[in-house]
Amino acid sequence: MATPPAPIRARAGEPTRSRGRRARLVGGVLALIAVLAAVAALGLAVGARAIPIEAVWSALFSPLGSDEDVIIRTLRLPRTLLGVVVGTALGVAGALMQGHTRNPLADPGLLGVSAGAAFAVCLAVFAFGIQSVAGSVWFALAGALVASVVVFLLGTLGEGGGSPVTLALAGAAVTAFLGAMTSALVLADQSTLDVFRFWAVGSLVGRGEGALLQILPFVAAGLVLALVNGPALNGLQLGEDVARGLGLRIGLARATGVAALTLLTGAAVAVTGPIAFVGLVVPHVARTITGPDHRWLLPYAGLIGAILLVGADVLGRVLARPGELPVGLVLAFVGAPFFIALVRRRRLVTL
Amino acid sequence: MSAVAGLSGRRALRVGPLSAVWRPRAVVVPLVLVGALVLLVAVDVGRGDFPLSPPEVLRILLGGGTDADRFVVWELRFPRALTAVLVGLAFGMAGAILQSLARNPLASPDMLGITAGASAGAVALLVLGGGALGGLLALVGLPMAALAGGLSTGLAIHLLAWRRGTTGFRLVLVGVAMAALLTSLTSYLLILADITEATRATVWLTGSLNGRGWEHVVPVALVVAAGAAATVVTGPTLAALRLGEDSARALGVRVHRGQVLLLATTVTLASVAVAAAGPIPFVALIAPQVALRLMRSGGPPVLVGGLTGAVLVVGSDVVSRTVLPVDLPVGVLTAAIGAPYLIHLLIRRSRRDDA
Repeated sequence: MATPPAPIRARAGEPTRSRGRRARLVGGVLALIAVLAAVAALGLAVGARAIPIEAVWSALFSPLGSDEDVIIRTLRLPRTLLGVVVGTALGVAGALMQGHTRNPLADPGLLGVSAGAAFAVCLAVFAFGIQSVAGSVWFALAGALVASVVVFLLGTLGEGGGSPVTLALAGAAVTAFLGAMTSALVLADQSTLDVFRFWAVGSLVGRGEGALLQILPFVAAGLVLALVNGPALNGLQLGEDVARGLGLRIGLARATGVAALTLLTGAAVAVTGPIAFVGLVVPHVARTITGPDHRWLLPYAGLIGAILLVGADVLGRVLARPGELPVGLVLAFVGAPFFIALVRRRRLVTL
Repeated sequence: MSAVAGLSGRRALRVGPLSAVWRPRAVVVPLVLVGALVLLVAVDVGRGDFPLSPPEVLRILLGGGTDADRFVVWELRFPRALTAVLVGLAFGMAGAILQSLARNPLASPDMLGITAGASAGAVALLVLGGGALGGLLALVGLPMAALAGGLSTGLAIHLLAWRRGTTGFRLVLVGVAMAALLTSLTSYLLILADITEATRATVWLTGSLNGRGWEHVVPVALVVAAGAAATVVTGPTLAALRLGEDSARALGVRVHRGQVLLLATTVTLASVAVAAAGPIPFVALIAPQVALRLMRSGGPPVLVGGLTGAVLVVGSDVVSRTVLPVDLPVGVLTAAIGAPYLIHLLIRRSRRDDA
């Protein structure tokens, strides 16, 4: 990995200010972790049966085997942890995608990467009868890889990359195409449809006991690659020519980015189904705090993504009590207005 | 009528105050397309357990044949082929208008969420059919549900993209967001349904012509006729808008009124077509662009775009029923043709952007 080019580092002339900025950013991380803990606690307490916070505490640290303890330990804890992991993965994937395409509207869900994974998972159910997460995650990864390479090629064709509009439309078209192919598979076999439709809506419910453990290694590897990619991404923001002039190995940086994106999106989609808009919204929120430095932007995007996903899941349970709305639907209703507000700004943020 | 030699050797036709450039393509291309369409319909109608050759089909359609022949053709098969033709016309025209308005060859009712809105309306009807809300929806029927969904989506897109005037750019991006939102809503509706209803809705969502009868033909026929009339009336406005908003305003066109009128036409055409055959993907995207290349005109031609769309839908139906071993919904085939073409379009466009 190339070292970060000098101008990206804090300016040497202002040591005090940069130290202050660092302290502020570290404080921000701690604050976000506290918010995440609070939202996760809500995720444990809120549901068809509301459980007071003290009972949540005792279920976690001194379980007695009561009904409430069982609900929390076997249903709500795995679901909340899954939300944290998937939210982190999608948030970081969005920041990576926006950084690499230098496009403020990039999102793995909108640009067809999730649809690629979804099509591949459907193929796994249809052709091989694979329904376990352990099996379908490999298909999801392959599908996400192919789709993200295609979208990257389309989005970064020529000098300075394609325009935001072209990339968004390319993504919409890739999604539409994969959607039609997916329904062709699904129509051939009603039992595939019955598995598929519950997965396609994007939800944290009923994903099997070990789902979290099965995707954790992929997400962890993706996060490590993403953090390694951070300094190179800072260089790439200056344009490929300048980055190359600064001694950055462009091909390696792009490959690392695609690998991280594939691992994060593929693993997340394999379990929860295609969830759009997390990857879109989160990097913008993170960027208002951290500025354009990807070494900070990526971890912030992960934390905010986790908060958003778990929060949306809780909201879905509150809005439709005693039933619940799938988290994918809640996020679409949160994310689409955000996207529209972004588009209505006089000038799009250029990355 | 007089013909005068114009600039660059082109001839001009003049009738009183009206004048037009005489271009052989403007006559030849539509005639060839209509011919191809008649042939494809004849082949399509002839397919089935009781096969008929294309000449036989044409003879029966013109009044010949036995009573049994006439029953098979008129009652069973022709409505399906006619639905395909009309739906293709509607999608092609809707796409051509929208691409001219947005001044972007990638804009189409499927990309902009208008068909997604119509689908959400129709799936709501299919899925919630039994409930109190469903009872209300069932009264107005599938076409009205789809039309309501499509129109309200079109209105929402227009209002949300409006900020002291609208631009093609904002229209497209707001549309993409709406499409994602509505697709999410549709997949939620699908998990509420039982599996039989979900299967029915999924077949319809892919775009299918199976079991279409006269009751599907009539509403689309009316709307396509009205749309064609509207196209002729708004032709000059659309031609001016293709030059960009500022130029159109300078030419004396009422830009906002024209945009609203044309957008409403597009949305109505697309929604009614979706109601009849489901959101057949990519037709509205490809047909105008193919027509543009056939005609070598300044912008996507609306009526020829419609004819191209009709040829595309009927052709895909013929291929899926004759060449392929399994009977796939027509939408799978149009997607398989459309996506590679779209990627080709994107690559060419990005090369041009660089220049």
